[in-house]
Amino acid sequence: MADSKYLVGVFDDGDELLHAVEDIRHQGVKIHEAYTPFAIHGLDKALGYSFPRMGVAAFLFGITGTLCALLLTFWTMGVDWPINVGGKNFFPFPTNIPIVFELTVLLAAFGMSFTFFFMEDLGPTSKPIIFDVRSTDDKFVVAIDLAKNKLSETEISKLLKESGASEVNVKEV
Amino acid sequence: MHVVSPIRETLVLNGKTYHDVTEDICKQVEGKPTKEWKIVFGISVLVLLYGAAWVFWTWWEGLGVWGLNKTVGWAWDITNFVWWVGIGHAGTLISAVLLLFRQKWRTSINRAAEAMTIFAVICAASFIVMHMGRPWLAYFALPLPNTFGSLWVNFNSPLVWDVFAISTYFSVSCLFWYIGLIPDLATIRDRATGTRKKVYGALALGWTGGARAWARYEDVSLILAGLSTPLVLSVHTIVSFDFATSVIPGWHTTIFPPYFVAGAIFSGFAMVQNLMLVTRVVYKLEDYVTLEHISLMNKIITLTGSVVGIAYITEFFIAAYSGVEYEQYAFINRATGPLWWSYWAMMTCNVLSPQLFWFKKVRENILVSFVMAVVVNIGMWFERFVIIVTSLHRDYLPSSWTYFTPRMGDISDYIFSFGFFFTAFFLFSKFLPVINMAEVKSVLKSSSEKYPEKKKVTA
Repeated sequence: MADSKYLVGVFDDGDELLHAVEDIRHQGVKIHEAYTPFAIHGLDKALGYSFPRMGVAAFLFGITGTLCALLLTFWTMGVDWPINVGGKNFFPFPTNIPIVFELTVLLAAFGMSFTFFFMEDLGPTSKPIIFDVRSTDDKFVVAIDLAKNKLSETEISKLLKESGASEVNVKEV
Repeated sequence: MHVVSPIRETLVLNGKTYHDVTEDICKQVEGKPTKEWKIVFGISVLVLLYGAAWVFWTWWEGLGVWGLNKTVGWAWDITNFVWWVGIGHAGTLISAVLLLFRQKWRTSINRAAEAMTIFAVICAASFIVMHMGRPWLAYFALPLPNTFGSLWVNFNSPLVWDVFAISTYFSVSCLFWYIGLIPDLATIRDRATGTRKKVYGALALGWTGGARAWARYEDVSLILAGLSTPLVLSVHTIVSFDFATSVIPGWHTTIFPPYFVAGAIFSGFAMVQNLMLVTRVVYKLEDYVTLEHISLMNKIITLTGSVVGIAYITEFFIAAYSGVEYEQYAFINRATGPLWWSYWAMMTCNVLSPQLFWFKKVRENILVSFVMAVVVNIGMWFERFVIIVTSLHRDYLPSSWTYFTPRMGDISDYIFSFGFFFTAFFLFSKFLPVINMAEVKSVLKSSSEKYPEKKKVTA
C-alpha cells in the first residue's frame, strides 16, 4: 500500500529528539510518531499524548481476581462441600487471604499486560511499520506523515535539520 | 539554578555509546557458540541426563530410594525446594524492588537475575512434584472437582496456598521477564536476516519503540513491579507457613515469614553474584557488570545475612523465654544434638562469613566474592536442613528418635536440579540478550562523561 509518504528525521541523541519534537510541533507540524531505542521520559508529553492509564486495567482485572477467588473459596468450602474440621467455621476468612491475594495479583498482572499488548497491537503475527531499523539500536527517529501536514516536504525537512536531525529521509509505506 | 550532585561511580565503564551496547550484548546471540560455551553446556547436559535418570528411578521405584524414615518424613526434598525457591527470589527483587527504589545499577543484572529466578522456581517445583511420590496425581493439589465426588482441595491448608503462591509467582515472573525482553528482541530482529529475523520478529511481537508504546510500557513495568513486590514477599511467607502453621517445636514460630524472606534474598543475591561473575568473564561484559555492581550486591548480602543472624538468635531467645520445654529442647538439640555440625555450618556460613564484607578490599575482590557467594548458598542449604531435619528427628516419642542419612536417591535428585538449572541458564545466555540493552542505554548518559559535553540544542 504505497500510498502514504513519510518524512523520517533521524537524531543521534534522545534529548535532541525531545527538543526537536517540542520545536516542530510548536511550528504546527503534525507528527505521526517518534521511535526510540529506549524510553525517553517526557517524549509522550511533548507529543501531546495523555498520561498512560494502565493502572485502570490492572485495577479492574485485579478486583475481578479478588472476587473470583472469594467466590471460589467461599463456594467450595462453605456451600458445595463443607468439611467439619474440629467444629471450626466452614469459611474462615483469614485463611483464605493467601489465595485471594495470589489470584488478585495473577489476574491484575496478566490482565494489564494483555491489555497493553492489545492496545499496542503487539502479537507474534503483527507486522509493524519500521521507519528506520536503527531506531531499536542507537538512532532516535521521528516520522511525519506528509499528507496530514500543510507545510511542504522541503519546509518540514528544513525544520528537522535546523532542530538537529542528522539525516532526513523519505519513506513510502 | 544549577545543582551538581555528588559524583557517583559510573554504571557502565569505558564510555560506551548506544551502538557499542547493542554490539556488545548482541554479539553472543548472533555469533556461533564459543568453545567455552560448548564445554560448559555439554557438562550441564550430562549432569542433567544423570539426574533425569535418577528422577525417573525415583518415580519408578518410589520414595524408598531416599533416606527418609518414619520419623524424618521430609528431608532433602523439602530442603532443596525451599532452597531453590529462596534463590528464585532475587530476580524479582532486583527487577521490582530496586525499580521501585530507583536503583539504576540493577539495569545490568536484572535480565540474568530474572531468568535465574524462573529456572530456580522450576527446580523448586520439581521437588514438590518429586516428593509426592506419585507425580501423575499432582493435579490433586489443584482446585478441581474430584471425579469420584465433589471433594475440593482444602483452602485452609498452607500446602494449597503454596501451590497458588508458587504458580502465581512463576507465571508473573515469566511475564515480567518477557515484557522486559520485548524491546531487546526487536533490536535483534532489526539487525537480523533470514530465519533469525522471523523467529525474533515473532518473539518481539512487532515492537517498534513508538513513544506511546514506551509510555505505556513504562507504566506497565512500574505497575508490574508494584504487584511483584508484595508477591515476592508473599511467596516465601507462604513457604514459611508450611512450617509455621504446624505444631512441631522449632517450626511453630511467628518469626518465620520475615526470617524466610530475608534468607531468600540472601541466597538469591549470592546465586546472582555467582552467575554474573562467570557471565561477565565468559561474555566479556566487564564494562557492564562492574566492581561497583559486585560491591553493591555484597552489601545486600551482608545486610540480609545479618538479618538472618538476628533471626537465629531471636529464635533461641524466644524458645528460652517461652518456657515451653519442647521448644527449648528443640533449640538446644539443634546446636548440640547429633546434627550439631549442620547448625554450626549454617551459623558460620550465613552469619559470620558475610561480615568480612565490611572491609572494602574484601567486598571488591572478585575471587573472594565468588567463593563467599558459594559459601552463603551452602549455609542457606544447611539452614533449611537444620529447620527441617533437626526439628523432625527428635519428635514427641523418644522411642521414634532417629537420625537421617541421605542415600544416592537424595543426592542424585539434588544433582538433577543443578543439571537443569545450568542447562537452562546456558541456553538462555546463548539465545537471549543477558543484559537489558534498552535499560542500560537509558542509564548510559548519566554515567558517561562523553555525552553531557555534546552540543546543546536550543528549544
